Amino acid sequence: MSTATAAAIRRPADAVLRISEEAALEAAVVEDDMEAVTAEPGDGPMLINMGPQHPSTHGVLRIAMELQGETVLRSKPIIGYLHTGMEKTAEDLTFLQGPTNVTRMDYASPLFTELVFCLAVEDLLGTEIPPRATWIRMLMCELNRMSSHLLFLATNGMDLGAVGMMLYGWKEREEILRFFESVTGLRMNHNYIRPGGVAADLPDGWQDDVEHILTVLPDRLEQFDTLMTGQPIWRDRTQGVGVITADEAIAMSATGPLLRSTGEAWDLRRTMPYLAYDEVDFDVVVGAYGDTFDRYSIRLNEIRESMRIVAQCLDKMPKGPYRTEDRKVTPPPRARIDESMEALIHHFKIFTEGFRVPPGETYAAVESPRGELGCYLVSDGGPKPQRVHIRAPSFVNLQSLPHLMYGGLLADAIAIISSVDPIMGEVDR
Amino acid sequence: MADEGAAADDAAPATEIAEQPTMFGVPCTDERGQQVLHPSRDEYLDVLGMAAADGFELCVDVCAVDGLTNRGRAVAPGIEPERFEVVVNLLDLRGRRRLRIRTQVPADDPQVPSAVSLYPGAEAPEREAADLFGISFSDHPDPSRILMPPDWDGHPLRKDYAIGAIPVQFKAVEGR
Repeated sequence: MSTATAAAIRRPADAVLRISEEAALEAAVVEDDMEAVTAEPGDGPMLINMGPQHPSTHGVLRIAMELQGETVLRSKPIIGYLHTGMEKTAEDLTFLQGPTNVTRMDYASPLFTELVFCLAVEDLLGTEIPPRATWIRMLMCELNRMSSHLLFLATNGMDLGAVGMMLYGWKEREEILRFFESVTGLRMNHNYIRPGGVAADLPDGWQDDVEHILTVLPDRLEQFDTLMTGQPIWRDRTQGVGVITADEAIAMSATGPLLRSTGEAWDLRRTMPYLAYDEVDFDVVVGAYGDTFDRYSIRLNEIRESMRIVAQCLDKMPKGPYRTEDRKVTPPPRARIDESMEALIHHFKIFTEGFRVPPGETYAAVESPRGELGCYLVSDGGPKPQRVHIRAPSFVNLQSLPHLMYGGLLADAIAIISSVDPIMGEVDR
Repeated sequence: MADEGAAADDAAPATEIAEQPTMFGVPCTDERGQQVLHPSRDEYLDVLGMAAADGFELCVDVCAVDGLTNRGRAVAPGIEPERFEVVVNLLDLRGRRRLRIRTQVPADDPQVPSAVSLYPGAEAPEREAADLFGISFSDHPDPSRILMPPDWDGHPLRKDYAIGAIPVQFKAVEGR
């Protein structure tokens, strides 16, 4: 189908394919019927399922699509394949154990989920965290944003046929994960940010490791620019594909690069600063056309902005304790346990019973690489939360997908899914 | 009305006990600097409409809470806590403010009007709340399950839904 026809049928009032599972099955049975297959293809739209296992769907995402020739009409993302009830699990874990659970939601940027959970807990506790902890959190989160965007560049490149990009992106990401391993002990699912601060101080020589990343990466980003940004095939595949306007994005509750690609300069780090983002200098990257290319270039340039923030964290990292001295939430130092019975009991109680959090409810939000990551936390005064709700940006952004894909080509659908950058662990939780 | 509520919150959170502040005609409380409105179910859609007109253009999130084990929780004065609560988080991009709306929903009639006509982005979060809590959002365009399988019994995030376990049959080791 020519692009003119595709544009002509673009965007009716509702791009979402609202069809029950039974009706979809019936449509599928007709497709399986040998007579239907051997007969001349009809003119009507065809219903197909993309996924849930297709590698381009970034995890187990299934999209029911209505196709007219090669043009995508209505569609609907069908999710839940990775649902493991993590919000239910969170109600059975103490506040101290909470980050272990939530860090597994967005496995590409685990530190952000830990951060938002801890910010919510600290708000209910009324705990002030020391400046060093704040800056360590900021340093680690910005490095995590870089690694997450590098992963996006890798997978987005592969989805569009730049297979070499897959290797380059993973390679650079590995450098950052190696640093994470030296700080937190794990490459992913760190459980590093804890209520009251962070789990451990930065190791000796961390400055050298970070400086190494900061010196190596700019050249690589230049290479990515050569490989993709300026390349005609890349531009053809991404420019003008999956366009969304600012009003549409806001109506669909889209946040993050999806919203910023429309020219809306909404970045929580700038507009509602948390941690010490009001003390560092960085630019909010915005797009102009709201297309796939804008979303790609926003992420590429956000890596550069994150590098600026990391460099400032290097310069300004304050000295002092890395977690609060409040004995209510922080276990006694290891050395005290050897000499004091009370310290041993205290340590034991914190790790078995947990600490109590005053009753109340709160909402904390941070800017994750995918958008606004929120945590709505309700405490009934006990050591375990009454309710933990994670506002997952991937989950909400996925709603825009039918809208972005409507009237586009099937091949472009792959580019669009990739440009929304959903992490299915976070979508399904 | 909006200004009254905002002004009262800005002035002194600790000392405004004399009179319950209101915003959009419903009780408004201050949770450590976060504005929270407490409409009844009948007022819910009207309040959302007024908030949308007042600049809260982005519906960040809709979620539900089961207060079965937390009946003594604090809501606004004069508002009786029910078993369920539907919590909506709104965002004003121009004014850079947030607003939270907590609506009490009784256990015997877990139903609230859907906000999708005002905020299309509320569709997936409302489906999630309906799926996991069994709260029905009337006039929702797509009231199907979103995370659980379509034929699933029960609503897992309810407090009376046990965590449970699937019995696993371990094979005996051969030759022992």
